[in-house]
Amino acid sequence: MKYKNVFIKGAITSEFIADSIAKHQSKTNIGAHNIFLGQVRADEIDGKAVSAIEYSAYEGMANKKFHDIREATFEKFNLTCMHIYHSLGAVKTGEICLFVFVSSPRRMAVFEALEYVVEAIKADVPVFGKELFEDESHQWKVNS
Amino acid sequence: MTIEINYFGMLADVTGCSLENLSVSAVSISDLKGILVKKYPGLQNKDFRIAQNQELVSEGTILTGQEIALLPPFAGG
Repeated sequence: MKYKNVFIKGAITSEFIADSIAKHQSKTNIGAHNIFLGQVRADEIDGKAVSAIEYSAYEGMANKKFHDIREATFEKFNLTCMHIYHSLGAVKTGEICLFVFVSSPRRMAVFEALEYVVEAIKADVPVFGKELFEDESHQWKVNS
Repeated sequence: MTIEINYFGMLADVTGCSLENLSVSAVSISDLKGILVKKYPGLQNKDFRIAQNQELVSEGTILTGQEIALLPPFAGG
């Protein structure tokens, strides 16, 4: 089975996010949206600041996991729709690398669903991040 | 049997490749892990999990899959 591709090359732009919001104006049964944006943080490690994270993934398994998370979320919460996008390749500090968008007729469902989705992505999806420093050295990131 | 092994993130740095085909007679994931650590001693002190046909498996699982992946800690988001 072929799963929907969640990955986008490079950073997720604010135009892309704005377009995605605009597309929902025709879905008038929705009363509440909730959005999570993951941004690359300039962590300082041993006096060196992170300048970008280069994302890679086990894409086949990752897209399957995103699909499973999506199915489980629809089962648990009363959502009208849901969108997930994750970056691959280099994303600079301050840029967006994860965009999760959930919508429902009412607000309570989107508050709970968004947290559930983001935590599941962090725990279950095989995505890897190489933190690149300004001096061109690197280290591998681990979710805490 | 011949299986395809995928290495990701820091593990590909250790093995020097991201994909290889290996002919093994191993019967469990644990046996396979032993073979790989012997081949790449640098894997010994690395934290990783193994997926068989795109599902995480425990060490006691019988090796049946054609597609194996060694996965370092996840860092999505």
